[in-house]
Amino acid sequence: MRVLVAIKRVPITGGRIVLTEDARAIDTRHLGFTMSPHEECGVEEAVRLIEANKGDSVVITLGPPEAVEQLRDAMALGIDRAIHLQTDGQEWDGESTAAALVEAIRADEAVAGPFDIIFFGNESADSGGFQVGARVAHALGRPLVTGLKRVTPEGGSVRCEQEVEGGRDVYVVPLPAVLTVKEGLNLPRYPSVPGKMRARTKPVAVITPLRPAPRLELVSLAVPAGQGRRAESLGSGAAAAPAVVEVLRKAGVL
Amino acid sequence: MSVLVLMEPGDPSRQTLTLARKFGEPLHAVHMDAVDPFAPDALAAILQTAAEELQASAVFAAGTERGNEVMARLAGRSSLPFAANCIAVNPIDPVTVTRLRWGGSLLEEALLHSPRPLITVAPHTVPIEAGPEPTDVDVKPLVAGLDQRDLMVRVSDHVAPSHGGVSLTTAKVIVSGGRGVGSKEGFAIIEELAGLLGAAVGCSRAVTSAGWRPHSDQVGQTGTKVAPEVYIACGISGATQHMAGLKGAKRILAINSDPQAPLMLNADYTVAGDLKEIVPAISAEIRKQK
Repeated sequence: MRVLVAIKRVPITGGRIVLTEDARAIDTRHLGFTMSPHEECGVEEAVRLIEANKGDSVVITLGPPEAVEQLRDAMALGIDRAIHLQTDGQEWDGESTAAALVEAIRADEAVAGPFDIIFFGNESADSGGFQVGARVAHALGRPLVTGLKRVTPEGGSVRCEQEVEGGRDVYVVPLPAVLTVKEGLNLPRYPSVPGKMRARTKPVAVITPLRPAPRLELVSLAVPAGQGRRAESLGSGAAAAPAVVEVLRKAGVL
Repeated sequence: MSVLVLMEPGDPSRQTLTLARKFGEPLHAVHMDAVDPFAPDALAAILQTAAEELQASAVFAAGTERGNEVMARLAGRSSLPFAANCIAVNPIDPVTVTRLRWGGSLLEEALLHSPRPLITVAPHTVPIEAGPEPTDVDVKPLVAGLDQRDLMVRVSDHVAPSHGGVSLTTAKVIVSGGRGVGSKEGFAIIEELAGLLGAAVGCSRAVTSAGWRPHSDQVGQTGTKVAPEVYIACGISGATQHMAGLKGAKRILAINSDPQAPLMLNADYTVAGDLKEIVPAISAEIRKQK
């Protein structure tokens, strides 16, 4: 079995987002980075599938040189190798990102054979474009199922559970397929020390794609005004309990 | 210039019409249940053909899970750019949109260079306004003309929810715990208070990542978005990831040992101190008054 998982490097924003002076990006000087939460579950699922079925697991990202950190994180969890589509840090829109991924996937498949499953996060944590997986699936002519909380390969097909209001919808599609997943699909493991050591020497293929002019072009970012909540202190410690109960009573929930 | 809208039951589609009308008239509607059971590629194919036949100047849908999914497929098959979760549009050339990033913690202004803008409207961000209603597209010939390949991805079964208890999405009260609860066992006092209030139990991402609670309890950008009358946040710092799930809460009560925690500054009511003393004291007070 061959499994590919696509990830994206995003800042860990904490409690308050601060923008750069030109308001075109988040000021990340004091922030750490991670991969989008949905994608962590994609990585974990890919590792589990290869543990169970043997084969080849690959992680791919489009991002700045520093995104190699997230590729190493994925390999520390057990992914075999990485493909890094290196950018100069400029924003790529979903359409261009998908096109660059498709080209790299085709090149890898021409050498090593088709990926049975390509995992994406349902949407990225930062730009939330909801489209890269769908565009890649269409370009490759493969079935796409989105928003998955359970993935079960069954021979030449895969059973997929998608969370919807009032339960889960089930899809069964033939492999190869493109699947977008959501956090909650599994509980990702923590990287082990030997895993981190091994990740340092696993291969990372670097490709430098050209950035086309974006057709969804970011102009500026803004932090929305607060919701006007005015924190009223009800006191501190256990002594505040009667005031809390009073608030609950006034809200009509007690 | 006609405008095509993918409609589904509920307010988000009515809110979508508010922005769609800015692009012109008449409005035409294709309904999400045009193909039943749901087959997202088939809907995208129907929208693609209908948009071409109508020479639609734009295609809109609500930014629901299914709205975004179908529009992303339409974007792929028609090689057009797609702006998801917009809250404002200006139909000049090029089209300007304001859209949500980071689950609504950040707003992006963007240009959409496209002969046919594909736009979804973020739910509950735009008012419902009166105006011309869309006429339904006659989808029968379009359904009959579907390629079998577009029916390959289709809902074939439904699994009922496994958990009992009060659902986060419909709960009037949610008692939620964060890293400050300290452990899986620490949630006993959260559950006790929730039981007294007939509330759902929620938690932050730190808690599910630690394995203390199942992911189905998680409130936030990658968990459940909630809209209770009262949200009681116990030992939750209030990262943007969590706050993105709270925008619909009517009242937020924060309990935290750090008075400067973001959630303490973005709440309606606060209690400073150790939640391990405060939460049982609230439960005791409710019992006393009953």
